[in-house]
Amino acid sequence: MISAIRCVLRRDLLLALRRPSDVATALLFFVIVASLFPLGVGAEPNQLRAIAPGVIWVSALLSSMLSLARLFAADHADGTLEQQLLGAAPLGAVAAAKVLAHWLVAGLPLVAIAPVIALQYDLPAPLYGTLALSLLLGTPVLSFIGAIGAALTLGLRGGGVLLALLVLPLYVPVLIFGAGSVDMAAAGLSALGQLQVLAALLVVSAAFAPWAIAAALRISTE
Amino acid sequence: MSSSVKWYWFASPQTFYPLAGRIALACAVGAAALAAAGLYVSFFVAPTDAQQGDAYRIIFIHVAAAWMSMFLYVVMAFWAAIGLAFNTRLSAMMASAIAPTGAMFTFVALWTGALWGRPTWGAYWVWDARLTSELILLFLYLGFMALQAAIDDRRRADRAGALLAIVGVVNVPIIYYSVQWWNTLHQGASVSLTRAPSMATTMLTGMLLMALAFWLYSIAAALVRVRCIIRERE
Repeated sequence: MISAIRCVLRRDLLLALRRPSDVATALLFFVIVASLFPLGVGAEPNQLRAIAPGVIWVSALLSSMLSLARLFAADHADGTLEQQLLGAAPLGAVAAAKVLAHWLVAGLPLVAIAPVIALQYDLPAPLYGTLALSLLLGTPVLSFIGAIGAALTLGLRGGGVLLALLVLPLYVPVLIFGAGSVDMAAAGLSALGQLQVLAALLVVSAAFAPWAIAAALRISTE
Repeated sequence: MSSSVKWYWFASPQTFYPLAGRIALACAVGAAALAAAGLYVSFFVAPTDAQQGDAYRIIFIHVAAAWMSMFLYVVMAFWAAIGLAFNTRLSAMMASAIAPTGAMFTFVALWTGALWGRPTWGAYWVWDARLTSELILLFLYLGFMALQAAIDDRRRADRAGALLAIVGVVNVPIIYYSVQWWNTLHQGASVSLTRAPSMATTMLTGMLLMALAFWLYSIAAALVRVRCIIRERE
């Protein structure tokens, strides 16, 4: 099982590496969406500081969701997915490895670039750590939950918009606790509680989502 | 053992079809009678509220609709899970028949809430925890229906919808509590839904009558819809 996970992980990362523009597009989307907000609401620094955690989190959520559609599509098209379904390795483990690869490609860069956005929003420097940590804990949850939606909408017409409709309501708790932790830290309180809830969500989704993803993949490919 | 045989007997769409028709008719009649009684109580018997005047009377529809919206999601997920676990066609049909009624009640709860909020809070919409989670519930219903509508293969649509409903029902409490938590942190001008501490008995009667009427209506509507689905597919 471990070797199967390692194999899938290595393959997906290699594929992503060979086509770096895909990774860059999602990252660029994140930066652009976050940069649009000041143009819409005005560049008043106090207001920007107030909305920064929410804006960064919503942008991260949308960016992570956009790249989800590609999670299984290519493998489905070229038949790799069918082989993985038939293979000896448990499908849940394969699904978990694919989600992990998705997060490394689409989630981790967001964590790295978020402080730059925070700089644009004039967020106080001590908050960068909380912001990065909340994203570090929260974005894998987004990948896990989103992968269920991606597996369910595999090969459907209008899949992208449908995926958004299915997945975004389920993202609500992550958004609330993610942005909440930064808000909490900004108010001078301890963000530990929110971060712990995020960690709990991560543990629960990592434990159960692979099963749901595997079931959804079986439903979608039969 | 005889009762279990009957369950299997009616699990077949063909034998369920006429039974569903009879139950639907009985429930529809009951719903109409109870709704008439409930509306009479709520408009003519229940006293005018001391603080909110007559505006409060929308509670009779609002609360019952909100109850049904949440309850129906659980019922839908239950049938979906049964359908997924035992591979029964009728259970999956029930799940997709319940969804539109549930979405309708969610919408009615939001709509009447807005109409109620305007005279009492001075705003059609506030980001109250209950309003927000009801809105997200509506999105969950719509997502379920959109997913089923997007899949042409009925079998796949049933099973995909079932999985989504189960994921949704696991998430509903998490969403509810997170929204509640968010609300207590963010809420500046506190608007709470708490009403007069003790409710007049006639008000409670009216509310219960309306809730029962909505309950029967939901059964009738779901069964009529399931009959349409059976006709469509079998």
